[in-house]
Amino acid sequence: MGGHKLPTEHKLRARIRTLADGAATGLAVLSTVLVVAPLVAIFVYLIYKGASSLNWAFFTHNPAPVGELGGGMANAIVGSAILLAVGSLIGVPVGISGGIFLAEFGRGTKLANAVRFTADVLNGVPSIVMGIAVYSLIVVPQGHFSAFSGGVALGIMMIPTVCRTTEEMLLMVPNAVREAALALGVPNWRSVLAITVKTASPGIITGCMLAFARVAGETAPLIFTAFGNVGWSAKLSEPIAALPLQIYVYALSPYDEWHRLAWAGALVLIVLIVVAVSLVRYVTSRGVLKGAS
Amino acid sequence: MVLCALSIFGIVVLIATELVLRSQLAWSKFGFEFFFSAFVDPYTKLPMYWDPVNGHFSALPFLYGTVISSFLALLMAVPLAIGVAVFLTEMCPQVLRGPLAFLTELLAAIPSVIYGLWAVFILVPLLREHVNPWLIQLLGWTGFFNNDNPTGLGFVSAGVILAIMILPIVSSLTREVMTAVPHSQREAVLALGATRWEMIRMGVLRNARIGIVGAVILGLGRALGETMAVTMVIGNSPEIHRSLLANGSTMASVIANEFAEASGDLHLSALMEIGLALFAVTIVVNTFARLLVWAVTRGAPAQVH
Repeated sequence: MGGHKLPTEHKLRARIRTLADGAATGLAVLSTVLVVAPLVAIFVYLIYKGASSLNWAFFTHNPAPVGELGGGMANAIVGSAILLAVGSLIGVPVGISGGIFLAEFGRGTKLANAVRFTADVLNGVPSIVMGIAVYSLIVVPQGHFSAFSGGVALGIMMIPTVCRTTEEMLLMVPNAVREAALALGVPNWRSVLAITVKTASPGIITGCMLAFARVAGETAPLIFTAFGNVGWSAKLSEPIAALPLQIYVYALSPYDEWHRLAWAGALVLIVLIVVAVSLVRYVTSRGVLKGAS
Repeated sequence: MVLCALSIFGIVVLIATELVLRSQLAWSKFGFEFFFSAFVDPYTKLPMYWDPVNGHFSALPFLYGTVISSFLALLMAVPLAIGVAVFLTEMCPQVLRGPLAFLTELLAAIPSVIYGLWAVFILVPLLREHVNPWLIQLLGWTGFFNNDNPTGLGFVSAGVILAIMILPIVSSLTREVMTAVPHSQREAVLALGATRWEMIRMGVLRNARIGIVGAVILGLGRALGETMAVTMVIGNSPEIHRSLLANGSTMASVIANEFAEASGDLHLSALMEIGLALFAVTIVVNTFARLLVWAVTRGAPAQVH
């Protein structure tokens, strides 16, 4: 007999293996459905609840006093725009230069690897920690909450994202382009700025938009920097309202009217973000150079 | 350029020094006890952890809440994430792959506060009406599911929303390390007569396991620091309960909740120290996870097949 097995045993083994294969396939499909379901649910509810509560007043009016119907989030929209402008002024130049260093001047050096690694780790630091750090850095010395400190917090959060996407986009530029520039006798710095960065600029811009969209929804770092404001304010030195902050406060309030506004605000935010993410995907899937790569 | 690149180190150092300086007061008063001790109330004989009125501060309930909610989230998210990654890389028809990958990408881009909004109005009522009674009836005997919190807020709600939030990052990284497994591995296993599942198990998952662990740990890092959505659904009470349906609080949520209206220097300093701990933990967890993912994908850049 030795190692021989009966044919029925073979058949049984084969049967079990086929069953296991089927079960695994089924489980994988099931988990995909389970993951997609909440996403669809979130979007459906956002569109359903948001669209039914979104109206023109949402964009043109300030919040109404408690108990009154109507009102909008005009101050929060303007506030978010100001905060994001300050954040972008800090995050975009620093992030792009950092990315250019990583991809071009420092490529392959230990310093670049260390920076890349730190940027990835910094990306994982909770935004609330950024919030309290900026609080103690700016709000405490100033003595009051301010739009400026909120903008700084958002700017710092943008740096690692912008830096890494810029690097990725630059790496997509074919080496032949760099070589062609250098072969013409152009100095390296000029070839980088005028040729490589210019070639990758659509990608870099969309990368910035992605970072912009990410921080547009950030709430935690704004709670104790920008603080929020029920009224109108466009000064950098004063507390300012922001869309995500307003959504947070309104969602936890006991008033139906405020819940309605929170859903409308969420829809506005999500539309902004979906547009940015789709743009990034479109640009990256097309490649940096049309026709090449 | 170098300066801008170096600014990233600068940011990390700046955050660390600010947090260390501002938490000195709590550190000198409580020391290491801050993370372990509880004060016993002389009248009720109950442990007190967080009492801003009398100046008693201990981070214990927040550590507990953070660990429990993150653990629940991983418990639900990891099997699902691996399932999705397996489906997308090995089984999915080509037509579906793009849209599904795009959907998970979108899921990662939704702001925390919108997850929170959705959880408060849709998820929590759903759990409260349909899932919690069932949990209590079926698993009430374990003591982990008690029927004394009618709000539906608590660790379970926080765990579910956290699971939904970390799924995209875990599944997309798992997908990345699975695509990095060379095709020859798959072909070799298939050539031996393996079924598709056996090929995935022996050829893909076994080779990618270190990277998958890295992806899971990265998800853990996200879950530990997740703030807004958790703050909105966990109930925010600084207590330790055995029941997972009870209200709780995490390190991030207590900062979000109390920082802006802290009652004094010691209170602020204690919150800063929690922030410092959170910073340190997430740095360690993220570094570890990045190293693991890097170890797997290095030298084998994700290819588009």
